[in-house]
Amino acid sequence: MRVNLTINGQKREDEVEPRMLLVHYLRDVAQLTGTHVGCETSMCGACTIHLNGEAVKSCTILAVQADGAEITTIEGLAKDGQLHPMQEGFWEEHGLQCGYCTPGMIMSSIHLLKHNPNPTDDEIRVALEGNLCRCTGYQHIIKAVQHAANKMRTSKAA
Amino acid sequence: MPVIPKFVGERIKRREDPRLISGTATYVDDIKLVGMLSAVIIRSPYAHAKINSVDLSKARDAAGVACVLSGNDLKDKIGSVPCVAPAEHVPFHPVLAIGKVRFVGEPVVVAVASDSYKAQDALDLVEVDYDMLEAVVDPEKALEAGAPIIHEEFGTNLVTRAEVPNPAVAEAMKKADKVIKFRIVNQRLAPAPMEPRGVVAQWHAGMQQLTVWSSTQIPHLLRSQLAEQLKIGENKLRVIAPEVGGGFGCKLNVYAEEALVAYLAMKLNRPVKWIERRRENLAATTHGRDQITYMEIAANKDGEVLAMKGRFVCDMGAYLQLLTPVIPSFSGLMMTGCYKIPALTFEQTLVFTNKMSTDAYRGAGRPEAAFIAERTMEMVAAEFGLDPADVRRKNFIAKESFPAATAGGLTYDSGDYNLALDKALEMVDYKKMRAEQEAARRNGRYLGIGIASYVEICGIGPSSLLPPKLKGGGWESAGVRIEPDSKITVLTGVSPHGQGQETTFAQMVADAFGVDIDDVNVVHGDTAIVPYGIGTFGSRGTTVGGPALMMSVVKLQDKMKKIASTMMEAPPDQLTFVNRTVALASDPSKSIPLQQVIDAAYGYKTPIPGVEPGLDATSFYEPSACTFPFGTHVAVVEVDPQTGQTKFLKYVAVDDCGKILSPLLVEGQIHGGIAQGLAQAMYEEVVYDEHGQLVTASFMDYAVPKADMLPHYDLASTVTPSPVNSLGVKGVGEAGTIGSTPCAYNAVLDALKPFGIRDLTMPLKPEKVWTAIRNAKKA
Repeated sequence: MRVNLTINGQKREDEVEPRMLLVHYLRDVAQLTGTHVGCETSMCGACTIHLNGEAVKSCTILAVQADGAEITTIEGLAKDGQLHPMQEGFWEEHGLQCGYCTPGMIMSSIHLLKHNPNPTDDEIRVALEGNLCRCTGYQHIIKAVQHAANKMRTSKAA
Repeated sequence: MPVIPKFVGERIKRREDPRLISGTATYVDDIKLVGMLSAVIIRSPYAHAKINSVDLSKARDAAGVACVLSGNDLKDKIGSVPCVAPAEHVPFHPVLAIGKVRFVGEPVVVAVASDSYKAQDALDLVEVDYDMLEAVVDPEKALEAGAPIIHEEFGTNLVTRAEVPNPAVAEAMKKADKVIKFRIVNQRLAPAPMEPRGVVAQWHAGMQQLTVWSSTQIPHLLRSQLAEQLKIGENKLRVIAPEVGGGFGCKLNVYAEEALVAYLAMKLNRPVKWIERRRENLAATTHGRDQITYMEIAANKDGEVLAMKGRFVCDMGAYLQLLTPVIPSFSGLMMTGCYKIPALTFEQTLVFTNKMSTDAYRGAGRPEAAFIAERTMEMVAAEFGLDPADVRRKNFIAKESFPAATAGGLTYDSGDYNLALDKALEMVDYKKMRAEQEAARRNGRYLGIGIASYVEICGIGPSSLLPPKLKGGGWESAGVRIEPDSKITVLTGVSPHGQGQETTFAQMVADAFGVDIDDVNVVHGDTAIVPYGIGTFGSRGTTVGGPALMMSVVKLQDKMKKIASTMMEAPPDQLTFVNRTVALASDPSKSIPLQQVIDAAYGYKTPIPGVEPGLDATSFYEPSACTFPFGTHVAVVEVDPQTGQTKFLKYVAVDDCGKILSPLLVEGQIHGGIAQGLAQAMYEEVVYDEHGQLVTASFMDYAVPKADMLPHYDLASTVTPSPVNSLGVKGVGEAGTIGSTPCAYNAVLDALKPFGIRDLTMPLKPEKVWTAIRNAKKA
């Protein structure tokens, strides 16, 4: 089947098998390997991307279901060499160690701030329960999200 | 010119991160090679079964299939999956099952096709006919008469039995006011790194060379073992650990799939990739812990512990992986913990069961030991009505006693256990908290305060302490090369996969040569580039890799000082490195640019007597002894008797890992460690049912904690440098895990004290706690 998508601002058209998962399409067809597969059961969130602006786990949706959609992956966050505030937050606050969960964690965190720009630590913990991290114990991830929230609020206010 | 700051000891942002936060890192699954095929594996659905027949004919005809193989096709082609640890019975471990399957998840058939979907299609056409056999699930029944035998050639399910006798223990038991007996279960856990395992192999037929990319913690040891399994020269085999998404011990191993995928690439003369699915990861990547211990403690009324006796039953699983039978020995040797307990004896029975092998998992034997030691303190306190903090103080090895010989035969390097305990208790305001607990109990609220003082063993060395069959020892390698343009390349034999040595080592080298941290590039994980090294495990990265690095640094410093000395007319020992110059230590304004010294070394137009051209040094550091990090964790919890739910009100960790080079990274290691230790206490367990079926085969059932299941951690540190190495470091990778399990467990049990509940098995899930409260109320 043919799919037409816009990924990180680039239009694409590809022939895919109807059974192909979106994450495999992104990784193997579009060659965007920043989105990871961690569990295949929607539990770990390593495969989280934005589909039409909302965070979605790309391991449990078919590529054909995303036909016509606008997709943003981790590779599409930085603009003109400038990191997204959430990427900066994770770097500044040591919000990652092995880095495998990080792309999904960042995509989910951006989604959280879109809906709640001024979250409490507890709200961040609850909002990220679809994303597992085995390395950090989460504390620095919470700080990373707060770092980004701060920065994004400040830049909006300015 | 701007002054270059010092980096060691500063909170430096990680140098690994730009690629990891931008999606541009390369994990095994991100490797794409021209003509690459995908391998998918059928695994045993049964714990124990005879394989009657395997029919591959339909699968071999399926679209896009390059080959389909079963164990019989590989007989004599690939050697046994290796175990280097000594044991009485070490079975042959085939890469694909032959004749029989022995655990759920054992590889049976592999299909290689143009992509993984087609390989899976082919596997759907494979017919395997099994006769189910009775399974050995309970390790305590594995040696009973009539138990099914897992490896017929041994006629028993015994792996090995070890005993450390000590007649003084029986004497102490006679003398003591009381002998306290209890049973401890350190349940089976899954390491579950977020990146499952994966292997890519490429055969370069013209060169007769094989390249293997694997998600491993030990690229060189893997190369040695693979070379043996595949009968290839180590000089024709290159192993690369690319970006590795966490290991926690389970990638300190050599797996069936590594030799299998390498063999397939050679056979098909095409690159082959295999990527583990999470289901496979939970079934067929090594598990940890799974030790049952029967304890007897001789103690006096004043809280003094006179002797410990432990009888262990340790579940090894169906086969022995790289270090499987060696892990329990740490539990035995370290079980006296921070305490000057004069007499110790233990006996360990290691058995086969129809389960995945156990092996190293973050802490590897020391979490079990710390749990035993810290339960001992609690049991003694409860028995004699003493404060658990006082019982610890009573038994602590005094700080004046270091280096301290222990009843387990170890020598602890340095420590100040009271200091860490006092600091942690102060951070929770212990006295006030005890009063609050009393008041809360009167109001029907159940607060618990849990303490755990731990000590652990890191940087295991000298090499004679490691298994004789292990190729490689307790040492580590490091190379430093100052390039002609003054940029510095560091080659390290450790293989970090999240720990951050690309940052820590760059900090050290930048300071040593007075250059910017951006001038240093740390390379690891490629056997064709870095000198033979041992890898990253056992909190050894900086503890053993760091001193190795400093040896090479000093070699180059000395050489450059010699060169500079001829140019500056100053003796070498009066020179130092600062701000990209070699300068007089007494007067840094008298200096020459570093680049000028580098030019002299590489250009060599004016030969310097006794100095070779180039700036390249390699060193191998053999540790003289182990290091012993320690600390105290304290948790305050509240248990809701209506639901059995535990809420963490406070979690305090005071850790002493010796000197701290990279404070931000140390914090990260402790946080992550605490999370995994709390997971053992509260949430995680690998469950096999009575037929040996794996119940926890996905993240739906295996409870890796989520962000809202874990508390905020308040950290503090004490600094007691290790005298063992030049850096004074002790290691920090596992400390958090070791301290946190008994801490959380003790807190919950303390909360349940009014109900008379003195013992529960981990994990302390709400349902279990609720049931215990209900039963206690009934009684």
